Amino acid sequence: MAGTALRGRLTWQSATVTAVMDETPSTRTISLSVPDWPGHRAGQHVDIRLTAEDGYQAERAYSIASAPGEDLALTVERLDDGEVSPYLTGELRAGDILEVRGPIGGYFVWETGFGGPLLLLAGGSGVVPLRSILRHRALSGSPVQARLLYSSRSWADVIYRAELGGLAEGVSVVYTLTGSQPPGWTGYARRVDAPMLAEVAWPAAPSPSGSPSGSGSPSGSGSPAGGPLAYVCGPTSFVESVAAGLVGLGYPAERVKTERFGATGG
Amino acid sequence: MSPISRGFHRKRIQAPADRVPPGQYVTGDFPVLSAGPTPHTALERWSFSITGGRETRSWTWEEFRALPAETLTTDIHCVTRWSKLDTRWEGVSLDVLLGAVSYDARYALAFSDGGYTTNLPVGDLLGGRAWVAFGYGGAPLGAEHGGPARLLVPHLYFWKSAKWVRGLRLRATDEPGFWENYGYHSYGDPWREQRYAGD
Amino acid sequence: MSDAALDGNAIGGLLIEVFGAEMTTATGTCAGCGAVSPVAELAVYRPGLGTVVRCRSCDAVLMVFVEMRGITCVDLAGLAGLVPLPSPG
Repeated sequence: MAGTALRGRLTWQSATVTAVMDETPSTRTISLSVPDWPGHRAGQHVDIRLTAEDGYQAERAYSIASAPGEDLALTVERLDDGEVSPYLTGELRAGDILEVRGPIGGYFVWETGFGGPLLLLAGGSGVVPLRSILRHRALSGSPVQARLLYSSRSWADVIYRAELGGLAEGVSVVYTLTGSQPPGWTGYARRVDAPMLAEVAWPAAPSPSGSPSGSGSPSGSGSPAGGPLAYVCGPTSFVESVAAGLVGLGYPAERVKTERFGATGG
Repeated sequence: MSPISRGFHRKRIQAPADRVPPGQYVTGDFPVLSAGPTPHTALERWSFSITGGRETRSWTWEEFRALPAETLTTDIHCVTRWSKLDTRWEGVSLDVLLGAVSYDARYALAFSDGGYTTNLPVGDLLGGRAWVAFGYGGAPLGAEHGGPARLLVPHLYFWKSAKWVRGLRLRATDEPGFWENYGYHSYGDPWREQRYAGD
Repeated sequence: MSDAALDGNAIGGLLIEVFGAEMTTATGTCAGCGAVSPVAELAVYRPGLGTVVRCRSCDAVLMVFVEMRGITCVDLAGLAGLVPLPSPG
């Protein structure tokens, strides 16, 4: 029965673009209207499919940028060598149609019941599913503390800049700009490394007061319901390095969730 | 029927039709497509071996690079439908390598670092149609494209041009390699569009 | 480790198609080295001819998916075990 229900969610549905908004010179958020959208969990993705007039089809996976309860929105980064992302970040406009299937993913998800504190680590466009998690946390009024460490090439490449600058209490954002920095920048200016993680990450051991840990552990596999939860997303080399760094700081491997976007960062 | 996405089309370069096998499109890119991690074998430990002949023959990197090499410009065709024209390579012809071995085998299984294999008739490795290539575009072949050396058999679909090749096993019978085991065509002629077994 | 590698998250849709269930949270055991990992954390390569899922510890091939002529061929011979999380029911 569960299998049938999931396959039903996995059919391709037509989605209409309701709005496109350029976030940075190379990224765009696409808002979609999907008639039978079942809702999603924070951190999930969708597969999208484009069909050309000659019948050629291309499929790609994109993380959902919106929170559970909000309309489906994706943020796409343009890869210059790409075939799909230049179209989505360029030609695509409101009224256009593409196909989606999903939502997909049961591992890289966060629900308020999973507790925290949350440590979110983003490399470039890896911030997209983490933004969904932060929006979900805010919309649900969760008291879980959250910290985002966000690595970008430059200030101009920071996605959701205004939103991240206006976050509510209990959330802190730390940027590292690896390529160029604006005049007067006093923040980190290098790739994430062990010393930076040691300064930014929540201590690995659970705090005595604890955070509300809710009814379930993240994977349902019986891992300890205490201590920070880390979500790492971005290019593969970023994720490998950061996940290893967190384990080196004492984070149990089962409390470090990873999502790799490949060599080019998605 | 899927709805058409307005304005979406495949990236393609125009090319003369007689250069493009059926079902292919021409690209200016050289996509990196791998079934596993990029191996990094030190040249001091690299060898190319031919087994299954009357004797096993093996070359170290120095011995291999001392063999006569050729440059060539050729078109390559991937079963995933992209073709790249006028690619420039440098390598040692399999005529030279197989010429150093006595054998009567009719088939070969090429094998690579990382475990990849692909099968070819020995005849398709001869007659100036196959190389062990160590140079691409005028520079040493990069690791992600199969360096230090890869098989190059441009008259067949490019999955037969095994990256990180380390040798050939000569055989009396045809044994399917990695992708052939999953249904890809045993021979793979792009001009007869032999993508899958039974084509 | 190859910088081009994705992980099991990227094939969540394919896995639902093949297994009829969410499988990225399933636990896979490598028949080669015994390493145990959530499928989401396995190394995934998609060279266009098919999808190859490898053990992150020893690079052994765990799963291969090849689609041709509308049929998906599934090879799980590299797995000693593949155990989904119990479904919520």
